[in-house]
Amino acid sequence: MAHEQFEPKIVGFLCRWCSYTGADLAGTSRMQYPASLSAIRVMCSGRVDPTFVVKALADGADGVLIAGCHPGDCHYLEGNYKAMRRYPLLMNLLDQFGIERERVRLEWISASEGEQFAEVVKDMTEELRALGPLDWDGRKAALSEAI
Amino acid sequence: MVDLAEDILKVVEAVDIALWPVALDFKLKDVQAWEPGEVTVAFINGAVRLSEQLEWVKLLREKCPVVIAFGSCAHLGGIPGLGNYVTREQILANKYHNSVTVDNPEGTLPQPEASQNGYDLELPAFFKDVKPLDAVIDVDYYLPGCPPPPDLIFQAVEAILKGELPPKGSVIAPEKSLCESCRLNETKPETLSIKEFKRVATSTPDPDECFLAQGYICMGPATRSGCGERCINGNMPCRGCFGPTPEAMDMGAKMLSTLGSLGEADTEEESQALADSAADLVGTLYRFSLPVSLLQRRYVEEEVTQ
Repeated sequence: MAHEQFEPKIVGFLCRWCSYTGADLAGTSRMQYPASLSAIRVMCSGRVDPTFVVKALADGADGVLIAGCHPGDCHYLEGNYKAMRRYPLLMNLLDQFGIERERVRLEWISASEGEQFAEVVKDMTEELRALGPLDWDGRKAALSEAI
Repeated sequence: MVDLAEDILKVVEAVDIALWPVALDFKLKDVQAWEPGEVTVAFINGAVRLSEQLEWVKLLREKCPVVIAFGSCAHLGGIPGLGNYVTREQILANKYHNSVTVDNPEGTLPQPEASQNGYDLELPAFFKDVKPLDAVIDVDYYLPGCPPPPDLIFQAVEAILKGELPPKGSVIAPEKSLCESCRLNETKPETLSIKEFKRVATSTPDPDECFLAQGYICMGPATRSGCGERCINGNMPCRGCFGPTPEAMDMGAKMLSTLGSLGEADTEEESQALADSAADLVGTLYRFSLPVSLLQRRYVEEEVTQ
């Protein structure tokens, strides 16, 4: 039986104006990077409700990427600042839940930064591969009564 | 029910109470003897963590056409739900070994079965985690609150007596958030901006200004209205005992979103400092609702001791 390498699953919330466009550039430029990320386009990184991140992790994602415009460049002026303020709160919360910090990232990726997007996905994939699957269902089950 | 005070007499007039462990002397065997449907409604309070509790609630579900989860514990897991922040093993170790006042040199732990002086003794099993009522039986309605306020209880009892119950699965409380009925709502500024979270443990809120505007984590925006703001009127920010409004899939994450939005921080360092000023996010944001949250419990890697 061939050794099956763990392929991490990443959910990516990418802002429509900068990051999704940057990701698209990576694609049209035929940059090679792991197919581990499922992209979800949102209008702004400020739209990303922490509930989305928590749900993705609870439902089987091994990692979540939130990507938005660089501070100062937000199409809606302030939206990415909301993402920036929510992120450390979310990280502190996930610490308490016993979810490794490496699993959730906030990155600023502009529309022209296709290469950076590919690098982030490559880097995050390898980090998650080393960390192993989150398998939140499994972690829960170990500490829950099966009734 | 005891909070109903004199109104309890109106209830007793209209109904027969067939089981009320805290006030009347009916036993398990009495309940086992009921015909299904003989007793119309069961109000069940408490979360489920013992096998005995599981046995009782399954029995009541079997016998009663209507089951109402009564109070935060049955509805959301409640304060005992914070037991999901640790493991069963940690709880037992703390209670029977490590706690300062424990003197237990033989390391005795409660056992489900034991023999003493020729008697065979049984204790309920202590589950690995805390569950809300609807995780173990089908629940028809929820009366939220810690505790549910008398007028809401009376509303529910009246609805049953008149046969005017809402759709199955309803929470018997308004759908609006607490802020809508809070008397401090009018003191909210146009823009709330929180530089640092304040704690009631270390400072006293101004009773005449919106607590959230002052920097205290008040769960009002994420919590159902209907309690009469008893805590607010006692100069305590809302702790969220009524549970989330219908659209919030996860009460804590939703409130976290709000706190982030209201934060005043223009750099990553300032954002981190703001986040670090909140002492215990799980305990504050999921104080009553940890078992029904999306993640349900904390994960701790346990040492396998056997």
